[in-house]
Amino acid sequence: MNKRYTLEHPGKISWVRGILSHGAYLPYRRLDLATVAEVAGGGGRRGQRAVASFDEDATTMGVEAGRSSLLSADQVEVGSLWFSTVSPPYLDKTNAAAIHAALRLERSCPAYDVIGSVRGSLGALRAALAQDGPALAVAADVRVGLAGGPDEAYFGDGAAALLVGGDSDAPVLAEAGPWVSVTDEVLDRWRTPGELRSKVWEERYGELRYVAAGVEAFEGVLKMAGLTAQQVDQLVVTGTHGRACRSVIGKLGVPPERLVDDFALRVGNTGAADPFLLLAAALEKAEPGQSIVVLVLADGAEALMLTATAAVSQHQVRRPLAAQLAAGAPIGYGRYLAWRGLLAVEPPRRPEPARVSGSAAGRRVPWKFGFVGSRSDDGTINLPPLTGEQEGQPMADAQGTITTFTIDRLSYTPSPPMVFAVVDFDGGGRLPVELTDVDAADVHVGDRVEMTFRRLSTADGIHNYFWKARPLRESSV
Amino acid sequence: MGSHGIKDRVAIVGMSCTRFGEHWDRGLDELIVEAATDAFASAGIAKDDADAFWVGTAQSGMSGLLLSRPLRLHNKPVTRVENYCASGSEAFRQAAYAVCSGAYDVAVALGAEKLKDSGYQGANAAPIPSDGTNRTVTAAAMYSMIVPAYANRYGVSVDEVKTALARIASKNHHNGTLNPRAQYRREMSVEHLLSQPRVAGQLSVFDCAGVADGAAAAVIVRAEDALRYTERPLYVKALSFVAGDGSGVTDATYDYTTFPEVVHCAADAYQQAGITDPRRVLAMAEVHDCFTPTEMVLMEDLGFSQRGHAWKDVMDGAFELSGDLPVNPDGGLKSFGHPVGASGLRMMFEAWLQLRCEAPAERQIATVGERKLALTQNLGGYPGEMVSFVSILGTERD
Repeated sequence: MNKRYTLEHPGKISWVRGILSHGAYLPYRRLDLATVAEVAGGGGRRGQRAVASFDEDATTMGVEAGRSSLLSADQVEVGSLWFSTVSPPYLDKTNAAAIHAALRLERSCPAYDVIGSVRGSLGALRAALAQDGPALAVAADVRVGLAGGPDEAYFGDGAAALLVGGDSDAPVLAEAGPWVSVTDEVLDRWRTPGELRSKVWEERYGELRYVAAGVEAFEGVLKMAGLTAQQVDQLVVTGTHGRACRSVIGKLGVPPERLVDDFALRVGNTGAADPFLLLAAALEKAEPGQSIVVLVLADGAEALMLTATAAVSQHQVRRPLAAQLAAGAPIGYGRYLAWRGLLAVEPPRRPEPARVSGSAAGRRVPWKFGFVGSRSDDGTINLPPLTGEQEGQPMADAQGTITTFTIDRLSYTPSPPMVFAVVDFDGGGRLPVELTDVDAADVHVGDRVEMTFRRLSTADGIHNYFWKARPLRESSV
Repeated sequence: MGSHGIKDRVAIVGMSCTRFGEHWDRGLDELIVEAATDAFASAGIAKDDADAFWVGTAQSGMSGLLLSRPLRLHNKPVTRVENYCASGSEAFRQAAYAVCSGAYDVAVALGAEKLKDSGYQGANAAPIPSDGTNRTVTAAAMYSMIVPAYANRYGVSVDEVKTALARIASKNHHNGTLNPRAQYRREMSVEHLLSQPRVAGQLSVFDCAGVADGAAAAVIVRAEDALRYTERPLYVKALSFVAGDGSGVTDATYDYTTFPEVVHCAADAYQQAGITDPRRVLAMAEVHDCFTPTEMVLMEDLGFSQRGHAWKDVMDGAFELSGDLPVNPDGGLKSFGHPVGASGLRMMFEAWLQLRCEAPAERQIATVGERKLALTQNLGGYPGEMVSFVSILGTERD
């Protein structure tokens, strides 16, 4: 049996904690970066980046990742929620509270934001691992760079969630092993609150500092684990400095084929979400006994070793990353810029949506955030819940069929036209609801759909979160 | 318990209707004053002779002061009512019941709306604070769902349905050309209508009602007093109203080819009036053609056409001015325009003109005289979630 570690007392054998489940979420759209230069006059690169839809943000993508992770561990009661992002939809207000509501977690389950810096997600994971019971760490980011710039091509949008706990909660897929942090105050990448654009220092300087920190952290972990670099089966490297990440790999001594694909040409760097996303990718293909090292270069370096258990081969991933990578559809560069607010396009000449009433929304949190309808005595499912009906009917995971639909070119939407369908859910319940992640021409009566948590609009700085339907794709099985 | 109606107990003795359209130079007060003044004149009364007032508007104003202030009414009861796009009909119902009860001798129902001051095209509901989960789709899109549903249910092609809808729009545009009060007075050929770009489902802008400003009014008295005001009063044969329970929107058995609220509302009205074969006894009908598919479905829900046959009856010209049952002879919402709160009373105004043989000769319905009844149908809301009003008016007291 391998040596086991706890975070608080590295090297000391104690009860084991690790990953119980993981869920990755890639938004549906992909931007072909070869199309950038023609418009922006430069920039772009070969390959694609993942693009969050106009109705997505870090919170909605975090919800989707969280849902995925819980689908494979539905018996686990989440004891705490830790949310990390560098693109928080709100400040002051806790973004994790909306995720908590959408995942229908217990009122007594604390929900915290660890936001603002890429390194924060490692802090969220560390905090989750330090808890007693099952804890959910979620990271999500919408990463924006100015048109034609290197960050636009380097970044991608996505989310991932890691459910951690002990064997008494659910089978541990990968035991969390030693973790070494090297903290280094280094001015390499920074962004002023409210700014869209990140700035970076001259590249070579950061590279030297980061490579040194990365080697230090990696070697520290190997030493604690009593392993050599040759014994590392999968290596994840990510961080805030692309060149340093590439550069450090050669210094670690891990055979190159052990490096986990960072999806640079298909997704891009997803900021705080990237370590979780790449770890999820590693776990999807992990075999029992494998040693996985996650090395993150951000304001120093973090190195974490995980050891896959026998349970990893039994674990069913409900929304595999590979299928989500294959499912994406293209988005034009112009529309991408408009979605991110980088291209001012004429809005529909209709009144903009009014702001949501905080108190009205507060009375209907289970419906608005959790998509919980009600059930009548005769079994009828009512969406929204019928006044007076006590029995809640969770419908977020229900699938349905489009009975009829229409394309509305008159209604206000940030991305016209609105596609609107009457959806009949399997097992009962009907809702006329907006569709998303579709092209209007591709919608048909009889199409199968699932529900997804989205941001309908924003008014007075208030984000209107609710659910939409999207076509059921192979990635959603 | 029961809906008994007030057949032949009250009568309309005066009516008015402003021109509908873009009244950029006139506010709601001016439209209200014009409609009220003309209604008083039509009934041969002074404003102080009216004992009570009901004013219907969806969202152009609030409270009875909407009327009492511009009309400078002294110590009169005035009530503002709202019932979606049936607000004008609702004002009429309340005034009719008030007179019937004996509470007042003379009551005035007035409907008015000022839509063109919003600065946006189309009609836009005033936002009510909400949790943000309400549907964001437009009314046009909701009604557009009728088209594929109807085609699918009755085995008709979408193109055939579209052509029937264009016939409805073309008919109502034609009728509007004969109406000096109408918003749009241009012929629209079926071919032209079919070539228009789609804005919601299969619907083009020309499948939608005109967005207009306007006002209309009626003076109501007890039936036994009616002949003191006019030689040709219109007697109220039936007034019915149904507010649906909204279940259609979320009921998986609802298929968007009928409005159950209208079916029940019409059945109640026919029962009140003692009508069994509306297609044969009605001289005309004004129906709520907010969108062309609405008029098509209403032909079936009101019992004018058999289920699945309305599109064919439309193509046969049954509801044209020269048909056996002219529908929307004044142009309807489509070309007369739809100042929401005024529309229900505007429909009655056409019945008032036609049944009294006062319509312009080129659109006077030939069967009037032989047929003595008119129907108005006014609705608000969406398929699956609507309110419906039906009235039947007649020239003779049984």
